[in-house]
Amino acid sequence: MSGAATLKEWTGAALAAPVAWLASIVNVPLKAWQRATGTGGMAAFFLAPNMAIFGIFVLVPLVINFFYSATSGTAYFLQDRSYVGLEQYRRLLDCGSYLDTATCREDLFWKAVHNTGLFVVVQVALMTVVSMITALILNREIAGRSFWRAVFFFPVLLSPVVTGLIWRWILQRQGLLNLIVHDLGGEPYNWLTDRFSAFTAAVSVSVWAHMGFYTLILLAGLQAIPRDLYEAAEMDGTRPARVFWRITLPLLMPNLLVVIVLALIRAVQIFDEVYVLTGGGPGTSTLYVTQYIYEIGFASLLRNPGLASAASILMGLVLVVLTLLQLQVGRRGERKGQRE
Amino acid sequence: MTKTRTLLAAMSVSLLASTSAFAGDVRIMWYSDGVEGDVIQDLLNRFMKDNPDIHVTLDNVAYKVIQEQLPIQLEAGQGPDIARVTNIKELAQHWLDLRPLLADPKYWDDNFADTLDWMRPDGSKAIPGFMTQLTLTGGFANKTLFEQAGVALPGDKATWDDWINAAAQVAKSQQLPAAFAIDRSGHRISGPNVSYGANYIGSDGKPAKVDDGTKAFVGKLVDWTAKGLMLKDTWVSAAGSTYRAAADDFINAQIPFYYSGSWQVANLSTKIGDSFDWVATGSPCGSAGCSGVKGGAALVAIKYTKNPKDVAKVMEYLAREDVVKEFSERTLFLPAHKGVVAKGGLKWVSTDKNVGPALDKFVKAAGEALPAADALPPWKWANAYFAALVTRVSQVMAGELTLDDAWGKIDQDIADKVAEAK
Repeated sequence: MSGAATLKEWTGAALAAPVAWLASIVNVPLKAWQRATGTGGMAAFFLAPNMAIFGIFVLVPLVINFFYSATSGTAYFLQDRSYVGLEQYRRLLDCGSYLDTATCREDLFWKAVHNTGLFVVVQVALMTVVSMITALILNREIAGRSFWRAVFFFPVLLSPVVTGLIWRWILQRQGLLNLIVHDLGGEPYNWLTDRFSAFTAAVSVSVWAHMGFYTLILLAGLQAIPRDLYEAAEMDGTRPARVFWRITLPLLMPNLLVVIVLALIRAVQIFDEVYVLTGGGPGTSTLYVTQYIYEIGFASLLRNPGLASAASILMGLVLVVLTLLQLQVGRRGERKGQRE
Repeated sequence: MTKTRTLLAAMSVSLLASTSAFAGDVRIMWYSDGVEGDVIQDLLNRFMKDNPDIHVTLDNVAYKVIQEQLPIQLEAGQGPDIARVTNIKELAQHWLDLRPLLADPKYWDDNFADTLDWMRPDGSKAIPGFMTQLTLTGGFANKTLFEQAGVALPGDKATWDDWINAAAQVAKSQQLPAAFAIDRSGHRISGPNVSYGANYIGSDGKPAKVDDGTKAFVGKLVDWTAKGLMLKDTWVSAAGSTYRAAADDFINAQIPFYYSGSWQVANLSTKIGDSFDWVATGSPCGSAGCSGVKGGAALVAIKYTKNPKDVAKVMEYLAREDVVKEFSERTLFLPAHKGVVAKGGLKWVSTDKNVGPALDKFVKAAGEALPAADALPPWKWANAYFAALVTRVSQVMAGELTLDDAWGKIDQDIADKVAEAK
């Protein structure tokens, strides 16, 4: 046996020893647990840490939040707050017409709901189209393909606050974009104080920041499509547009649905980068539901924790619906995969 | 077995040490507008040298943390031992009454009597702390820009219209983006509102409905914004009651006139340097007077402290006449200490020739504050009123509400806040 091999064995044994020692200690109660509860009990044992974390950080706050939504007052301790039942929900839902925010008691909440609705529709559509185009391009044999994939994915790694700040510095009155416009002889424009351009900026920045993730999902889907289908289409002389509509799109549909649902959930929750970029302005034109909850719960001098909790419960219900949709889509994809 | 017990004991001690305050530890949550963070640290270093048994940690945080996170910590019965705050009255129930802990409470009553009511619950005789600075809202003009434009600076009794017209001429001549800006804050526009006859406080001490005085100035402000005379960015590019200062636009010579307050003097002096000359203007006049609103930052002891005696020692040191004097001279803040004010002779530590006259101007302007403005600092509902004003007025500026709709919304927002606090 060579010296090197001996050293390797010794190193392996030295590293394994503490693990084996730990395992021997854990083994005793684990065996006893398995004897008492069977294999089902073992599953529960291994799931317990995760469920404990989920319970402490998600379930308990959710229940507490529900209690908060049934109380009023400015105090933060539940025992110091007065019980008002569903009053906060009634206040939020008190509207002459849900389409006209001016008729609503909590007009800012409904303004935020309307803004979020518009944002979701535009952003998800744009996100899907841009991610699809990017994935199609990155799936081709282009020069520096790996480099470009990294470039498009890089913004996903940035903190949303950094993303918001970078774009704020670019778009603000004395920002980089206006400097370029000025140097080209144009008239600088106040991008973040105009309602349309601020909304456009919010959507674009959000798409820029997250498209890399969705592109990756679509790219994986594109690479899973059998090449022989394309070869057969090429031999038949099928036009590229027809190849896309008849082969690529149908076979990519499961991935596309996942992308749409995930983007939808993310868009409903939009907050951080837009908050840093526009602060919800101009006026309230980029005030979204999550920012409303944050403002009314913590930031505003008019703070009202009960109202914020009620708003977050309502938003949570929307997210539950979307998550169920996502699960449904996932299951349908699985069933389709099994049939094939 | 003994080893295991020892290990467990050591771990328990470490855990306790990491979670509880040691006797002698005092934590201060502090924010800075200018250089006061460095000054207070220097003063505290001297204190710790003389009192080696007390260790003071100064946590320098953003103003946003004081405004948004500290109230939540306090509601949860937590927080630092001492904090520098501007939301003084509304959180008064969380301040520690230092009176029984102080060696000489009379010294505090004598020297801080005018402002103690600002920081204690109505009717209380507690001594929660002292004002680290007195502030007064007021304007600043870029003298160099006015001179370059050949426009004379409006005089002492000039109205808001006079100032905006003059600043508009300067902006046009010097091709600036706007004539003026006011910080995005309800506190800031309350001086002008009062100058036009506004009174926020009803006869029962509760918030009154928006009156003609407020309507008069806010109407002008909205009109000036629509005409591009007020820098749109400051008010329009945020939602809710978010605070936005326009100091950087003044410092970068983007606006010839800026309405903020005395606390900006050190900031302007440090950042402008000798780039241009600037002057403090006091508050322009309205139909009822030329009023700013007083205010300031208070250093208060928090009642959840584990070391009240040490906290009192630190507070006694920082409130000492010589310490307050030095702090004011070095930070360029107006002192709230009667003794320091009465003796006068403050030697402002600045080589900037703009600083002395600016501070003198604010001292003079303080005498012109109207009673309706002086009633605001100790008033419980002031912040609710300010927040509603900012939220709704900026919506009007953005074209989302009409002024008439905004008045109703402001009244409703404030009424909701009062109802919620019951």
